[in-house]
Amino acid sequence: MKFTRWLVTALLASGLGVFAPRTAAAQHETAADLLDGERAFKNSCANCHGPDGDVIPGIDLGRGRFRRTMTDEELVRIIRTGIPNTPMPASQMTVEQAQKIVAYLRSRASTVRGGALAGDPLRGKSAFDRATASGGCTSCHRVGTSGSRTGPDLTDVGSRRSTVELERALVDPGADVAPGNRTYRVVLKDGTTVTGRLLGHDTFSVQLLDTKEQLRSFAKPDLREQGFLPSPMPRSNLTPQEVADVVSYLSTLRGQ
Amino acid sequence: MRHALRLAVVFALAAPLYAQQVTFDRILHGDREPQNWLSYSGTLMNQRYSPLAQITAANVKNLQQQWIWQAKSLEKFEATPLVVDGIMYTVQAPNDAVALDAATGRVFWTYAYTPAPEGRPCCGRVNRGLAILGDTLYMGTIDAHLIAIDAKTGKAIWNTEVAKASARYSITSSPTIVKDKVIIGTGGGDGPIRGYIAAFDAKTGKEAWRFYTIPAPGEPGNDTWSGDSWKTGGVGVWNAGAYDPDTNLVYFGTGNPAPDWDGSKRLGDNLYSDSVVALDADTGQLKWHYQFTPHDELDYDATQVPLLADVQWQGTPRKVMLWANRNGVMYALDRVTGEFLKGKPFVKTNWLDGFDAKGRPHQVKFPTPEGTLVHPHVHGGINWAPPAFSPRTGLFYVASWENSGIIAVQGQFPRVMSSNSQQTAMGQTTLVPFYNDDTEPFGVVRAYDPKTLDRVWEFKMSDITWGGTLATAGDVVFSGGREGYFLALDARTGKLLWRASVGGQVNAGAMSYAVNGRQYVAIAAGNALFSYALPAP
Repeated sequence: MKFTRWLVTALLASGLGVFAPRTAAAQHETAADLLDGERAFKNSCANCHGPDGDVIPGIDLGRGRFRRTMTDEELVRIIRTGIPNTPMPASQMTVEQAQKIVAYLRSRASTVRGGALAGDPLRGKSAFDRATASGGCTSCHRVGTSGSRTGPDLTDVGSRRSTVELERALVDPGADVAPGNRTYRVVLKDGTTVTGRLLGHDTFSVQLLDTKEQLRSFAKPDLREQGFLPSPMPRSNLTPQEVADVVSYLSTLRGQ
Repeated sequence: MRHALRLAVVFALAAPLYAQQVTFDRILHGDREPQNWLSYSGTLMNQRYSPLAQITAANVKNLQQQWIWQAKSLEKFEATPLVVDGIMYTVQAPNDAVALDAATGRVFWTYAYTPAPEGRPCCGRVNRGLAILGDTLYMGTIDAHLIAIDAKTGKAIWNTEVAKASARYSITSSPTIVKDKVIIGTGGGDGPIRGYIAAFDAKTGKEAWRFYTIPAPGEPGNDTWSGDSWKTGGVGVWNAGAYDPDTNLVYFGTGNPAPDWDGSKRLGDNLYSDSVVALDADTGQLKWHYQFTPHDELDYDATQVPLLADVQWQGTPRKVMLWANRNGVMYALDRVTGEFLKGKPFVKTNWLDGFDAKGRPHQVKFPTPEGTLVHPHVHGGINWAPPAFSPRTGLFYVASWENSGIIAVQGQFPRVMSSNSQQTAMGQTTLVPFYNDDTEPFGVVRAYDPKTLDRVWEFKMSDITWGGTLATAGDVVFSGGREGYFLALDARTGKLLWRASVGGQVNAGAMSYAVNGRQYVAIAAGNALFSYALPAP
């Protein structure tokens, strides 16, 4: 009840529409239908809407947000006929194909944790700073010239990552680590252990930015052990609203 | 010698395990940590002298290649790398900054910058290197921006537009760090710009002061430009400056006036073109200047770095500035006052026959429509390539070329009046020197006595050179040229001690550094960076 009231408030505040209640027909899709829908979305829609459906301002397909509330039927019609006088074109899809895309998007919107929540960047910055004050975010991350370099730099993360990706990084940090952000550990023959962000490695050498922010290079014959470590980023203990707020704040970080 | 070796090894081994902040004091006293190379020419005196002495005239013949790093660029590789506590930083032209393991050449990170397409000045989309202060690198870009880059991660911190690339400004030089400021000049002076040198706050990128290389109306020197020619008189700045903490002056060479070969539209001396300007490092105020080539119509710009040395001048210790200029004349100036001490041709030179009491050259050859034989020609005796000075030998080392027999024609690009019709514009890798017969053009490394400007020795090459020189405490001078050889010469005699075929033109100055007590010498050639050391013990 509380959540519903909050949701309504958030939607009113954001001015966004959402998926209307689902039709009976749309609730019988199978997993294969969703997979088909995902493929069709990525092939036909993602070019303009982005892989997470959040590239066009005011629309976030991954969270089921539109400029106004939409029923399934309306969505199917728009997918097939387009929207006149806008860049949204008509397609050759059958009703069944369009329904699968809608089913995929509904499925995705319902599984993105907190995805229906609108974030407040100011509250998000406060949460980020609070976490920083208690040894959180900037003990690994850097924004501008503040914070540590050991984790991914967040100075322009809003221009590099979608909101869905940012949210995923907060709630499930190990799910999708970019190649340049992987954590690596080397153990020298004398037992010295060094961990850091892997910058490069080849048959004979390893390059890291270690946890003391030093660029380090090692010859592999000098190593006793080496390998990847799980992401040191802890799962967030933020509430869904706080996650949405922090994501909203991170989205505003676009460098210079 | 033994002492120098010991000292060098102690310093090298004393390198901190972890990189410390590069303070301005460290830059100013770069010679105290010979394992590092903290500014374009090693120190702000621009002596390009390494106190490392593991590699000596006796053992340099044993040098072995340690690694090669291939730049993903077809532009000329003119950058001198920096080395800070085992990490090497260089520029892949035009403007990608790269961090490498100085012992292996493996890459830590690359900062890729795409300059605006209009950033295309005369003579290639090149870059001569980075500067560092704290843990921030600074890079001037070919589209006239100055960018601060995190030395640990390769992320940009700030990006300041120094000047408009669309107005034909550019930057090719390594920035010069003085205290908390990053000082850089604008290139592009062969076009209709009004050049300047500006200082920027190292933390924020905000401009702190600006000195125009062409005075505005009402300022001293503006009357050396006829009409409105001062507005578009060129006078770019193509290379790094020098700094003397005792005078608190920063010194820069300035470029030629524009249009290059037609002085009729800019009558007068055209201050401060083809000059060295001494500026207060805190305010940018001009303290003194010396103009090497008044009213230049031969493109004799002072693109070289000022080299500061303390020498016995006529029996008295004197703070001097040594300068082998593109106009074919070598100079000794008092760097405190700007007093002209001596000038003497270092290549075949016929455009002047002497100086007045204040050091103003007496010009006797002038370009004419019907043609005049001028030595040296527009390629000059040297271009931007950095020289060296060894406090051990007391000699000044210059890589230059002889190139003569050319007719300069007023108002036009100099026209060939000889059998060589294949000449190409200066600065291009395909450059063919001007000459009348095959004996005339050659590259040469020469050593000079700074007290007399007399030549002490020379090493001749078949082709010309755009490479610089490096002197070391091992009494070796490293250099190279267009032929694609990296050379080691005896610093006292000029005798060839070692050479490596690097398979591409040497268009940069060499530098030296140490990692874990082992001395390396690095040189850019072709599109790659090479590092050499003695065999591992």
